[in-house]
Amino acid sequence: MKLCIHDFSFLDWRNLDLELDGPEVVCVMGDSGSGKSLFLRAIADLVVSEGEAMLGDVRRDSVSASDWRKRVGYLAAEILWWEESVGEHFLKEPAIGQIERLRLPPDCMNWSPSRLSMGERQRLGILRLLDRQPKALLLDEPTANLDAANVDVVEKKLLDYIRSNDVVAIWVTHSVDQAKRVGDRVLTMKDRMLSEAGRKDNAKWAKR
Amino acid sequence: MGETVDLSIWDILFSASIVVCLGILLAYYRLGITRTLFIASVRLVVQLLLVGYVLKVLFAEGKLVYVAIMAAVMLLVASREIMARQKRRLKGWGAFGLGASTLFVSSFAIALFGLMVVVRPDPWYQPQYAIPLLGMIMSNTMSGISLSMDRLTSALHDNRAIVEQRLALGETAREAILPYMRDCIRTGIMPVVNSMGTAGIVALPGMMTGQILAGANPTEAVKYQIIIWFFIAGGVGFGMAVSLRMLESRLFDKRQRLRLDRLR
Repeated sequence: MKLCIHDFSFLDWRNLDLELDGPEVVCVMGDSGSGKSLFLRAIADLVVSEGEAMLGDVRRDSVSASDWRKRVGYLAAEILWWEESVGEHFLKEPAIGQIERLRLPPDCMNWSPSRLSMGERQRLGILRLLDRQPKALLLDEPTANLDAANVDVVEKKLLDYIRSNDVVAIWVTHSVDQAKRVGDRVLTMKDRMLSEAGRKDNAKWAKR
Repeated sequence: MGETVDLSIWDILFSASIVVCLGILLAYYRLGITRTLFIASVRLVVQLLLVGYVLKVLFAEGKLVYVAIMAAVMLLVASREIMARQKRRLKGWGAFGLGASTLFVSSFAIALFGLMVVVRPDPWYQPQYAIPLLGMIMSNTMSGISLSMDRLTSALHDNRAIVEQRLALGETAREAILPYMRDCIRTGIMPVVNSMGTAGIVALPGMMTGQILAGANPTEAVKYQIIIWFFIAGGVGFGMAVSLRMLESRLFDKRQRLRLDRLR
């Protein structure tokens, strides 16, 4: 699956271009307020934007907004819950193996969301996102609230999904180490521009 | 028909002394609403005295064009009031237009139905019937609409992050705000339903009380009160449905993005 962002503008950001060819992970780094989150939200059509966005052979403007958002799964930095129980947020409750693989309590689907810790919210948020079977992932710091062991299982889970479903992912992170682990390419957002900082196949970057 | 007691200016001044005492009490607790109470009381006296004279002329003349002008003034004032009661309202003329068009399609339609189908005075626009009927429907509709719209904009403002995440998961705008919408409709319609349920037992409704004070037969007065409550329920309910639908379409754009920037 290919994701093409072309001549893309939103708010004060102008003419951004980005092309991903699945399965590929592009990490985006940059200071807080540099527009990384806005960029993801604009691609998901949650922020008014101009320009072209195309996933596979589907142009964003040719399908309804909700249809497009189902295809490009956007994961917010803070995961919110609104129903009475965790399970009600899922179209199809994840198998027990999936839950245990993310080191979550086996009966957490029946829990009230208020019982979840920050880390549990984040991991369940990722399950909730993958439950919709998106063809592209727009991840805003998906491991920000996790300890090292959980970062590891979440990275594995996401990379598994990306590779086995030929998915592309734009992965916002503040950790250079994470960018090196998961990213095929690393971009930085600075002064409202995206520029390439490194590639996995570039040995110099990988060692830095 | 019994004789009615006319009130003198002294009777009104004696009654006003109650409000003066209340004002002193509120001032003692430094609630800062004594001034508001004073202004509201003066407005009440001036507006009602004036409207008394206006209605006297209106009833004497009984022309359709005067009734229409009066109805238009009521509509404008009520629309302004709906706008003023919103903590976060649409920018520009949107808020006013939304209130006015909603009141027009709900209150006016039901008042016309009441006059032409149910009460049938001769002529149908006879001001003694048309003006109070429209006024009662419109004031209740106004409260219901402003309450529910205020609640919806506040709920969406407070929960915009949740709404955005629901949209991000592929829900439509309607699905994403349905729980807030339900809550708003309940808030708007409950006062009417509660009043209907307790009418006659806990409180004697105002219109019926007025008719009885003016010497009307109580068994006739209650019949009017019953139809008035049905009209009010219709006005509030349909008005709210229309206003929330219109508000929803202004708060989301074509790509189903929540546009709180359209509120001020």
